[in-house]
Amino acid sequence: MKRVVSVMAMLGLGLTALLAHAAAPVPDPAASWNHLWRDVLIDLFIIGAVFLSAGLYWVFKYRATREGQVGEGPQLTKLAAIGFAVIPAFLFMADDFYLAAKGWTVWNEYRNVPRNAVEVKVTGSMWTWSFEYENGVTTIFDPDSKTGDGLVVPVGKPVVLRMNSVDVVHSFFLPEHRVKEDLMPGRVTYLWFQPKAVGETIATCAEYCGNRHSFMWTKVKAVPQAEFDQWLANMKQGGKGA
Amino acid sequence: MSTASSGFKLSEWIFTTDHKRIGILYLIGSIAAFAVAGIMALLIRIEQMSPGATIVSDVYTGGEQYNVWLYFHGAAMILGFLIPGLTGFAANYLIPLMIGAKDVAFPRINALSVWLFWAGIVLALLTFVVPDKPDVMWTGYPPYSIKTGGNLALYVFTVHLIGFSSILASVNFLVTIIYMRAPGMGWMQLNMFIWGCFTALIIQLVFVPVLAAAVTLLLFDRYLGTHFYDPANGGDVLLYQNLFWFYSHPAVYVIFLPAMGIFYEIYATMAKNRIFNYKAAVYGMIGIVLVSGEVWVHHLYYSGMPDWIRIGQMVTTLLISVPVGLMTISLFGTLYRGAITFNIPMYYGVAALYLLLIGGLTGIPLAMTVMSVHLGETSFVHAHFHFIMGIFAAFSVFAAVDFWFPKISGRMLHEGRAKIGFWLNFIGVNVTFWPLFIIGVDGMPRRYWDYSQFPAYFGNYHKVATIGAFIVATGMIITISNWLLSAVSGAKASNNPWGSKSLEWTHTETPPGPGNFPQDVVLDGNWSPYNYSK
Repeated sequence: MKRVVSVMAMLGLGLTALLAHAAAPVPDPAASWNHLWRDVLIDLFIIGAVFLSAGLYWVFKYRATREGQVGEGPQLTKLAAIGFAVIPAFLFMADDFYLAAKGWTVWNEYRNVPRNAVEVKVTGSMWTWSFEYENGVTTIFDPDSKTGDGLVVPVGKPVVLRMNSVDVVHSFFLPEHRVKEDLMPGRVTYLWFQPKAVGETIATCAEYCGNRHSFMWTKVKAVPQAEFDQWLANMKQGGKGA
Repeated sequence: MSTASSGFKLSEWIFTTDHKRIGILYLIGSIAAFAVAGIMALLIRIEQMSPGATIVSDVYTGGEQYNVWLYFHGAAMILGFLIPGLTGFAANYLIPLMIGAKDVAFPRINALSVWLFWAGIVLALLTFVVPDKPDVMWTGYPPYSIKTGGNLALYVFTVHLIGFSSILASVNFLVTIIYMRAPGMGWMQLNMFIWGCFTALIIQLVFVPVLAAAVTLLLFDRYLGTHFYDPANGGDVLLYQNLFWFYSHPAVYVIFLPAMGIFYEIYATMAKNRIFNYKAAVYGMIGIVLVSGEVWVHHLYYSGMPDWIRIGQMVTTLLISVPVGLMTISLFGTLYRGAITFNIPMYYGVAALYLLLIGGLTGIPLAMTVMSVHLGETSFVHAHFHFIMGIFAAFSVFAAVDFWFPKISGRMLHEGRAKIGFWLNFIGVNVTFWPLFIIGVDGMPRRYWDYSQFPAYFGNYHKVATIGAFIVATGMIITISNWLLSAVSGAKASNNPWGSKSLEWTHTETPPGPGNFPQDVVLDGNWSPYNYSK
């Protein structure tokens, strides 16, 4: 009997875990970032408001009113001195660990690439980005003439970029997707993002790389899956891009 | 501004070993660096006023001009103004006076330090003369710094000269503070500014050699064909970034700690109050020394470092809030039940309270790895470190000059002009940097002079920021010319115009003569620089 109960319990747990897994929403790092940013701003606003209002209140309240007046700040007892150090220290630490834990959770989303991700190889060079797809198709975008496809991605599917530089350090920065990672010779780095809507955004270099650093950007075009497949097939046959 | 009354003789200044004159030489050098770097800031701001080429020649070669301005602005503000302004000018002038010593421990080495610093400034200014102008930013990251046509040697030798100067000064002042305190002056009776310098100089002594080594290897890679940073030949690009930030993050505390020290002195004197929880503030400063060497990876959160160290140093970086928080509580607490007089040093003091909060709190998201992955390298970072390291620290230098002006020059500062300068500076910095916070969150990258690929409204924010920069420039012209005018025509100052209890006011003449103290200083256990109410 006991055994049956424990087997049932295990089954139940397993089922729950399975259901939870199936029901888990598709991770969306950019949305998590925005959410965390709001929490952090609230946190900072509260700390800032407490300190600033205390400081300003005291500045106005304790103005000298007569010649030769001296301050009467408290001479703390040993216990009070320790208290005024230890209690705030623990409050600060509590906030630090709270933020660190929240930050770490979102960070894990950023670093765990979903298994169904489309992989694109990114190569940075002074001062262009080139993109190589799994079927060997390579694209670039020319910021001066604004021609070329740049990075084309399917909507609704995670995209992972494996990145390397042929010359100096660059950084692939996708402002809309709240992510960047450096590229350098001698190492392959990665980042992933979740294109959510059809449309054009940009990626731009965020690590100083010389004269045309400001111009090292590319179009990022998110298209429906079918259109993406079509485009990739066309490109493979040497046809015109999207 | 002479400290002896026998008139001005140039040779007396060149061969001087007097810490007060050396301090003034540091001040002149650092204000000169500030002025030139400030002009660079204006050029940068004018260029960014609108997308596309504003004052640079064209879109293809414009970067060459703009990047030199950026390089000089960053390198000169940090290495030429902030560090020498605080650990050169303020530390030199005040350490012996505050501890009751006749001079520093090694006066001739002190003279060597200041002239090495001046040589560094001259070398930095050669940037505008050589044809292959350095364009490596103040960070000098390889492989760019090795591949560029810009002159890397000029950057490396400037760092060497100023670094040497800093190391010698650190040894000198640390020995002075440890061995030359007046008889009876215990460690827990020291001025907060002395603690700020003591802790900052320990950091400087430990970490500057790392920077010197890092840039020397850069020099070898560029000119001698070694491969320390060249992955094609077994080197590593990230090695440099690690070494550089291993020094350069602690370097912000070399600036921050004496700056805090200055504001503690001003708060205590102007509020006629004891430092609130003095020991907690001292331990906070020591805490910063201990944690300063374990946080550099927050500059490398998206540089391809292993994930575990990005998370580990997120925690250590966030924990900086503990010592800084204790110091902040002590600073704010010093106002509590004080008797505050509002004069120009206190104006800067109250502004500091605000700058410390804005600059400090905006550092918290940047300490978080995942937040930094978006905010890093945007103008949000730019605004953050300008608030805390730039403006907070620069205001501490201006406040120090204003506060000790009567002692240094023997004359009172013209308050009215100083206040106009203050308001323009304070309003100007807010107008400049708040817009940069906002477009930074929207993705405006740093070190861009053209941003046509971004939404058009970025241009409006940049325009406002440029107006702010010119407000600051006006404020600074008024502030600096007020110093010069007041030094020759201000009202004569008494020995202790603020009614301070600190040795540099109570035991010296104005300005202090050679040897500093007419009588030897002997103190007892009850003496404190903050003994206003007994």
